[in-house]
Amino acid sequence: MTGQPKISLRGVHKHFGPKHVLRGIDLDVQRGQSLVVIGGSGTGKSVMLKCILGLIRPDTGEILIDGQDVTRLNNRDREATMNRMGMLFQGGALFDSLKVWENVAFGLIQGKSMARDKAREIAIAKLSQVGLPADVGELSPAELSGGMQKRVGLARAIATDPEIIFFDEPTTGLDPIMADVINDLILKCVKELGATTISITHDMASARKIADRVAMIHAGQILWHGLASDIDHSGNEYVDQFINGRAEGPIQMQVRKL
Amino acid sequence: MRFNVLAMIGSVILQFLGAVGRLTLFTGQALRHCVTPKFYFRILGRQMLQIGYFSLPVIGLTAFFTGAVLALQIYIGGARFNAESLVSSIVVLGITRELGPVIGGLMVAGRVSAAMAAEIGPVRVTEQIDALTTLSTNPFKYLVAPRLIAGATMLPLLVLVADVIGVFGGFVVGTQKLGFNVGTYLQNTVDFLHADDVVSGLVKASIFGFLISLMGCYHGFMSRGGAQGVGRATTNAVVSASIMILCANYVITELFFAQ
Repeated sequence: MTGQPKISLRGVHKHFGPKHVLRGIDLDVQRGQSLVVIGGSGTGKSVMLKCILGLIRPDTGEILIDGQDVTRLNNRDREATMNRMGMLFQGGALFDSLKVWENVAFGLIQGKSMARDKAREIAIAKLSQVGLPADVGELSPAELSGGMQKRVGLARAIATDPEIIFFDEPTTGLDPIMADVINDLILKCVKELGATTISITHDMASARKIADRVAMIHAGQILWHGLASDIDHSGNEYVDQFINGRAEGPIQMQVRKL
Repeated sequence: MRFNVLAMIGSVILQFLGAVGRLTLFTGQALRHCVTPKFYFRILGRQMLQIGYFSLPVIGLTAFFTGAVLALQIYIGGARFNAESLVSSIVVLGITRELGPVIGGLMVAGRVSAAMAAEIGPVRVTEQIDALTTLSTNPFKYLVAPRLIAGATMLPLLVLVADVIGVFGGFVVGTQKLGFNVGTYLQNTVDFLHADDVVSGLVKASIFGFLISLMGCYHGFMSRGGAQGVGRATTNAVVSASIMILCANYVITELFFAQ
């Protein structure tokens, strides 16, 4: 591996009450790389992402971004770090009380204190980058279809030109064609920005398309981590079971939710 | 399984203490963000309009009828010991000291705290609060602080309006139905009223306004689990805001205004 990893996790643990969600995550992501984290529901994917984002503080362990531990930052430094990250939420998480362009421009106006007119221009440029015409900007998020909401969410995530972008199940709930459109947009936007990305998904088509590297998480630990091209011959039976979607195998689904 | 009374009492007490702790932390954090930059004036303005201006019809109607019925009741009660002439002064004292702030507070609690919980609840359950944080915006500053400030500043103004309309309601009944002379009624109203009466009501109103917004935001923030959770949050917001208003009303009166 070359140079210092952009993001690196060292022995990250997180409990929620008696539930031990993350059990020692170790992971490195190199600059400009696209890592896709796969794993079943409730295995700790989202919690891991939220720990890196700083929405959840891990119990123990270090999370280094450019070599700096972000788990022990004060509020001011944390905000500065946040300014370098973008996130596409699973449900879009668009603000319903604001118009579409205000959603996209939010990080510019509130986070970077940009003038509204200028932020609006950028927002409209970002909307066209994800294939939406300028007049969509005047609509409210509730008037958009699921695919369009995802695209607006993507435009919002890239609006501040972040160095790191997180995608939380970017294709969930979309039809296969729209899912592929989103995958293409993700690839295109990430390439233009040269950003480092971490995506979590259980859509294997999406994972194969956007990943440079793949990590498999199960029961709060990284079981396998390798190149996306190696995923079909990983030699790991957990990975094999997951990517082929078989009910039988080493992973036993808990029918009762944890 | 054996029914264990002690365990049940224990768990209820623990839950209660947990709730008190959560609310205290929430209030502390919210207050801190009310007084430290940055401030979202656009949102503050919108909330002031929402709480203040749009509550006027409700406040006006309730105040009018409250003043009117107060005049009737005092007349009936006062007649038993030939004290009918006290109607105007008791109406003005009752409205400004108690009924204006309390009834105004309860009406606004029904309108506003439910609306706030219903607004913030879905924001919580659809990850919009996390989204705010990732866009370098503190959700407390953006969502909670403007509502608390708007509540604490708008309710006194509403109560001032309620005071005037309530006294007017009493005046209408007193002069049109009970046969008081217009000039005498107004003279008595003005003579018996001290600045303290109005000020104490406005101080109360400000605290009630804060509590209304606090309960709306708190229950919205704590809501879990989809539409049902949001529904529960709105109910809890209204009920707890109303109870807190009535409790706080007694405590404030006892501590500051009962000599």
